[in-house]
Amino acid sequence: MLSKTEKELIVHIWEKMLPVAEDIGSEALLRMFTTFPKTKTYFNHLDISPGSQHLRCHGKKIIQALAEGARNISTLTTTLAHLSRFHAYQLRIHPTNFKLFNHCILVTLACKMGDNFTPVAHAAIDKFLSAFSAVLAEKFR
Amino acid sequence: VVWTEQERAFIQEIFGKLNYEEAGPKALSRVLIVYPWTQRYFGSFGNLCNSEAIIKNPKVAAHGKVVLRGLDRAMKNMDDIKNTYKELSVLHSEKLHVDPDNFKLLADCLTIVIATSMGTSFTPEKQAAWQKFLAVVVSALCRQYY
Repeated sequence: MLSKTEKELIVHIWEKMLPVAEDIGSEALLRMFTTFPKTKTYFNHLDISPGSQHLRCHGKKIIQALAEGARNISTLTTTLAHLSRFHAYQLRIHPTNFKLFNHCILVTLACKMGDNFTPVAHAAIDKFLSAFSAVLAEKFR
Repeated sequence: VVWTEQERAFIQEIFGKLNYEEAGPKALSRVLIVYPWTQRYFGSFGNLCNSEAIIKNPKVAAHGKVVLRGLDRAMKNMDDIKNTYKELSVLHSEKLHVDPDNFKLLADCLTIVIATSMGTSFTPEKQAAWQKFLAVVVSALCRQYY
């Protein structure tokens, strides 16, 4: 459940991240691959070495999708319908991996924002990422 | 558990940069705010009704320091965290009755606190070493549950 203040905070944070989407996205992915090596098994088709074009491009896509979700929090299921089908029927990622990636997004935000990543901001973003992942996993079975 | 020299160095470095008096309270208050169900274990701590109250609560701060000192012991006994934490594990299971899934939440919040203070110097490699250390700590805490 997101309060009005939390929704505004979420939109505000993602708007700030959009201009640096490539940096944030690629860093979050790299953190996930380094800390949880099993997550690399889903990326055999890409060059995920640090700084690679694939990593930056893929990271950017993810942050842009998250920002789009943030702007449409009340209609996440319809906004993410296409991504939801994609994750269910084509990617078929084991659902525990969403939590691992969400955690790495939080760590990336914490590194970038320092003390501005307050406990309240952390809670809001964590709740948003959980809701986002739940929609992505909705059609899994 | 096998630690590489690199991992040992990273973990020592992170502890070296930690202000125990600040990081412990920050991590504990963060877990109580971000994952409010964890408040169930702190009924005797007084006012936890909103984030400002939690952050200002002196019992939360004091206990945060206790937690970090406990982690310091694990760091000083990295090659035998399992035995170092035997009594702590029994305490958390038989006296405090803490659902061990919550240990991971506190570990994650501590990682976030470290990230906010170290910024970009908390590289992916340091994060990986740090999280491996915390995973061993959490596993040792869970060991005496039955």
